[in-house]
Amino acid sequence: MSADYLASQLFNGLASGAYYALLALGLSVIFGTLRIINFAHGAMYMLGAFATYYGAQYLHLNFFLALIAAPLVVAALGTIFEVVFLRRLQGTDPVYGLLFTFATTLVVVNLMRILAGAMGSPYNIPDALSGATNLGFTLYPTYKLFVIVVSVVVCALVWWFVERSLLGARIRAATENPMLVRALGIDTPRLITITFGLGVAIAALAGVLAAPTTNVYPSMGDDIIIYTFAIVVIGGLGSITGSIVMGFALGVLQTLGAVWYPPIATTLIFIVMVIVIALRPSGLFGRPESG
Amino acid sequence: MDARLRILLILVALAGLALPKLIYPIVAIDVLCFALFAVALDLLFGFAGLLSFGQAMFWGGSAYVVAILVQTFHVDAALAVAAAIGYATILAVIVGLLVVRRSGIYFAMITLAIAQIEYFAAVELKGLTGGENGLPMDSRGTFFGVHLANDTLFYYVALVVVALCVWLVMRVVGSPFGTVLRAIRQNETRTIALGYRVNRFKLATFVLSGALCGVAGALYALGNRLAGLEMIDWHTSGAVVMMAILGGSGTIVGPIIGAGIYQVIEYFVSKTPIGQETDLVMGLVFAFCILAFRQGIAGGVLSLPWRKTST
Repeated sequence: MSADYLASQLFNGLASGAYYALLALGLSVIFGTLRIINFAHGAMYMLGAFATYYGAQYLHLNFFLALIAAPLVVAALGTIFEVVFLRRLQGTDPVYGLLFTFATTLVVVNLMRILAGAMGSPYNIPDALSGATNLGFTLYPTYKLFVIVVSVVVCALVWWFVERSLLGARIRAATENPMLVRALGIDTPRLITITFGLGVAIAALAGVLAAPTTNVYPSMGDDIIIYTFAIVVIGGLGSITGSIVMGFALGVLQTLGAVWYPPIATTLIFIVMVIVIALRPSGLFGRPESG
Repeated sequence: MDARLRILLILVALAGLALPKLIYPIVAIDVLCFALFAVALDLLFGFAGLLSFGQAMFWGGSAYVVAILVQTFHVDAALAVAAAIGYATILAVIVGLLVVRRSGIYFAMITLAIAQIEYFAAVELKGLTGGENGLPMDSRGTFFGVHLANDTLFYYVALVVVALCVWLVMRVVGSPFGTVLRAIRQNETRTIALGYRVNRFKLATFVLSGALCGVAGALYALGNRLAGLEMIDWHTSGAVVMMAILGGSGTIVGPIIGAGIYQVIEYFVSKTPIGQETDLVMGLVFAFCILAFRQGIAGGVLSLPWRKTST
């Protein structure tokens, strides 16, 4: 096994970590304010990919525009969903939020199966990003590099927004003490809606990025959502930093693990989760009292 | 137990006795097995307040144990069922030790992820499990030498087993142990302050629930003469949660009703043009249930006006 081969596997790991990081980040952002685990996150990722596909099919929307437009469309659907349904579950046991979004997942995925068929359709890598780039030590697919770069940039921006900006500070304050924040004259329900929309947009963006790499099909979010759950648990529920770091780290670990022993690829993340919760139940970046 | 629930339970028991005459015996077996599966899940959720999204690991895992032992090794089915329950129990102890320290959404996510380990292990161990194709059995084998090929006969044997298990759950829930579980659910901190070792109670409940899910899964595999990957899939873990809540969580009789209704809806939807996508209808029904009818059917019956009994 050559060093070049390992290095390109490392990049493959970063590329799959790019999706995990985006999904885990979106899940954490939503959990942070709504205290809900959005089971429908995988379905929203899938909708992002379908929005890209249909956009190209019917509106001749090119991929780079879809990167902006598809997350906006899905986020719009998500905010309607939050205002109409999830808001009614505020104040109930958070478990009901999980169950409601689980039911939503079944509805959305099966609806898309009726509309688009279970097999789905291919979506080609845009010309500008096809081919390979010379990294000095190896030729590497340009599209995967693009995915890594977009993911890193978006994760950094969202991290800055939540942890450093004024609106982010208000969102965090609303999480800690919604009553007090309302008393200060800030529209808390609107903050929650904005945050939910943001989380959904990030999931949809991951879906757009995934569209050219896999077939676009209705159950494409089914497996990845469970990995994302495990990653969020490993990183520490609600920790933005933990989600981003562990998303990339576990993508790399999974890929390198598969080099060593291919069948481990599907389970390695879950095994890591088991070890982490046995040693540090609140996750690597979580605060011990949470959860 | 509330008198209204007792009436429901008698009705359910009568329906259970008549079921193979009302619908295909093989469908009746499915309803029966899912009823026990839902009761077992709800022992955990409805009484200890722990929502497991991974109970399919016990149901599906024990189905595979039965199928492998009967089909591949020609072991007597009674012994295979015992081995399957043993497997489910040991697995529940191991998983339980890991998960009972957490609760709420965390618990749901962790059980879900751990169940996926078994799922992918079953995918990878093709030689043993048949991989994507599942593991069909040529026959149900023999129970202590007796053949149970007749579906109606098998149903009534399974009915006895399921009835015993449900009775066991009722005894557990009605015992001082069950009272502690309710206390944990209502106020865990206070229960700890009273000196109870809460995690031990949770672990015991988790193990009992897992073992009973194993009983149900073993019977289901024998009934259908098949163990398949979809039995470990998280959709199955979710389906049984839906059954328990639709029927009425925390009432024992509710999950049984929920399992029956779920199967009936699934049967009728499968006759329509969208028959492949029964989950669409189940998702809509469940979403409505979570928004507007969280107490479920049995819970709805409990909220009907009723004169106070002299107790």
